[in-house]
Amino acid sequence: MSMRLADLHWLPATAHFADELRRLAAQKPPPWSDLVRLATARIDFVQTNRLDKLLQQAAPAADDTAGSVRVAVLSSSTAEQLLPALRVAALRRGLRLQTFVGDYGMYRQELQDPHSGLHRFEPDVLLFAFHAQHLLGNPEPAMSHDAAQALVDAVGEQLRALWRLARGSFKGQIIQQTVLPQYPALMGLNEHRLPGSGAQLVERLNALLRELADQERVDMLALDRVLSRDGLDVWHDPVLWHRAKQQISPVAAPAYGELVVRLIAAQRGRSAKCLVLDLDNTLWGGVIGDEGLEGIRLGQGSALGEAFLDFQTYAHRLARRGILLAVCSKNDLQTARAPFERHPEMVLKSEDIACFVANWSDKAANIRAIAEQLNIGLDSLVFADDNPFERNIVRRELPMVSVPELPEDPAMYARCLEDAGYFEALRITADDFERSGQYRANVARENLRASQTDLQGYLATLGMELRWQPFDRVNLPRIVQLINKTNQFNLTTRRYTEDEVLAVMATPGALTLQLRLLDRFGDNGIIGIVIGKPEGDLLRLDTWLMSCRVLGRQVEQATMNVVALEARRLGARSLRGEFLPTRKNGMVREHYRQLGFRCLASSDGGASSWELLLSDYEPFPTFIKLVRSDS
Amino acid sequence: MNSDDILSQVRGIIADVLDQPDLKVDRQTSADNVEDWDSFNHINIVVAVEARFGIKFHTADIEELRNVGELVDLIERKLQARQPR
Repeated sequence: MSMRLADLHWLPATAHFADELRRLAAQKPPPWSDLVRLATARIDFVQTNRLDKLLQQAAPAADDTAGSVRVAVLSSSTAEQLLPALRVAALRRGLRLQTFVGDYGMYRQELQDPHSGLHRFEPDVLLFAFHAQHLLGNPEPAMSHDAAQALVDAVGEQLRALWRLARGSFKGQIIQQTVLPQYPALMGLNEHRLPGSGAQLVERLNALLRELADQERVDMLALDRVLSRDGLDVWHDPVLWHRAKQQISPVAAPAYGELVVRLIAAQRGRSAKCLVLDLDNTLWGGVIGDEGLEGIRLGQGSALGEAFLDFQTYAHRLARRGILLAVCSKNDLQTARAPFERHPEMVLKSEDIACFVANWSDKAANIRAIAEQLNIGLDSLVFADDNPFERNIVRRELPMVSVPELPEDPAMYARCLEDAGYFEALRITADDFERSGQYRANVARENLRASQTDLQGYLATLGMELRWQPFDRVNLPRIVQLINKTNQFNLTTRRYTEDEVLAVMATPGALTLQLRLLDRFGDNGIIGIVIGKPEGDLLRLDTWLMSCRVLGRQVEQATMNVVALEARRLGARSLRGEFLPTRKNGMVREHYRQLGFRCLASSDGGASSWELLLSDYEPFPTFIKLVRSDS
Repeated sequence: MNSDDILSQVRGIIADVLDQPDLKVDRQTSADNVEDWDSFNHINIVVAVEARFGIKFHTADIEELRNVGELVDLIERKLQARQPR
């Protein structure tokens, strides 16, 4: 099997695409969930286009919390061949995507004119894709180093101005595609010694764009990384370029759509959070239950052993950057744990695994248990197993879990996961580095809870401290990240950009709270965010979200105490709360009732609004000590 | 692969690209007498044919094609050139 990204090789092949498509087409409208399932198969561009055609006829899902994403593609070349793939890649993640494509070359006018089609479309995402000649023209090979630098800088500033123009009119995500290397080399392997070479200019421009994009909070669609895997020929066909000005060949369109939607999904907190690993023939060669510690193949000395070691190293590094690891194995627990505790070549140790499940129950049930124990959604899980049978069962029972089609050779496992891009992330915060420790501490807390028969006694022994303070610049990236990725304990699911959060921070009378929970097992990081906006003598709780991993520990009540205290200090007489239902936040439907609010109104759709008079407020008794951390 | 086999596969590709499962296609069929066979879909047909047969058309090849029969003949020539007997 080829391992080209353009082939979506991590998705399972389907032999029944045409039949399935026909079956769905006969239902009017075709059911959304069936369309999603079909989109998770490995399909080529023709199949993608056909599926897209059917998708256009599908009625919006009744509870459309996936929400729709409006993507505008502003390109200097033809982009129509990419649009079906963008919509189908979004479908794969349960997102409904609408597209707009500007007339090519007209993007500047579209951005400037408030009456343009682009402005009427009101995009949530702007994707800029320009070809090399459009930006760099026909560069003179004999130009000096300084002239080359000036040219690249000028193009960089031009794009920066464009991003700012976009930022001024639209809120949401801006994505910049790196420039494809369309200029042939003039020297060869030492091309970098010719400043005026087009190929060299493109490389320098791409490096500069990354820097500028960081400054301007623009996300990169780094096709140059992908091309170094697949080769330019797979993605760009000069024949089609001349014939139709297609920068990206239709063959690569499904992968292109997938990459763009990864960025959109990551921005919305929909990237996976946890890698669930099988053991036998996934982390080591052989069967630990049959062959024992000495029998399994792992580590230096054999090619196979080294391949497994490599895969473990990859998983370990993912964990170091914030991906949770779990184990799901059909084994006796003792047997399964032995290599983690005693095998000298194991890279992964017991403490790297946030949740370890080994028994003889079916894997779907165990994966469900893992999601529950870690308190994350099933759609945040990726399940890696060498056994096609187990993979198919999990796909069938838990379609929301991502299950990559691992290649047969363990040497290719890491590459498969890398290409699948389940863990796409846009930026990293300090909390990401701490995460696996936090979850491990959670497991220790659970064990303590199990040993304590009464909850009160358990909470009392935790020694919890809630440190709170208004939003500040230092923690802004983490605050924005939480606002954009928290789905379950989130009363309103309002997403804000950094600029919007800064605007709230500058509003007189507004309440901004970041809350951090510590206990005897460690620092849980920022686990709560509250935003209140003043309206006369009432304070409207615009945003209230919390990390699910601290639930059931009176943190909601302690937070409420802080909110009431601060609201009073800001001069409010009452609090107004809102619940806006989504597919994921059912757990907080009764949040305000439980905190003593009175229901003012509720709609058929499940939205409700709540009121609390501060004059009546009695702080909740809790075992949590409140500490203001910035004073 | 003889030219009937090729025609049958090409028929399938055209029907898939145009999303018309019951489309009738013979050697005389051309873009002019099939609904939705516009320049956009023409490229998709060419690219899908290349992918299916593992061949690559030249810029000039594509310009000259007048009907399905000529496409089938071109594929046949390309396949023969690839596997000389």
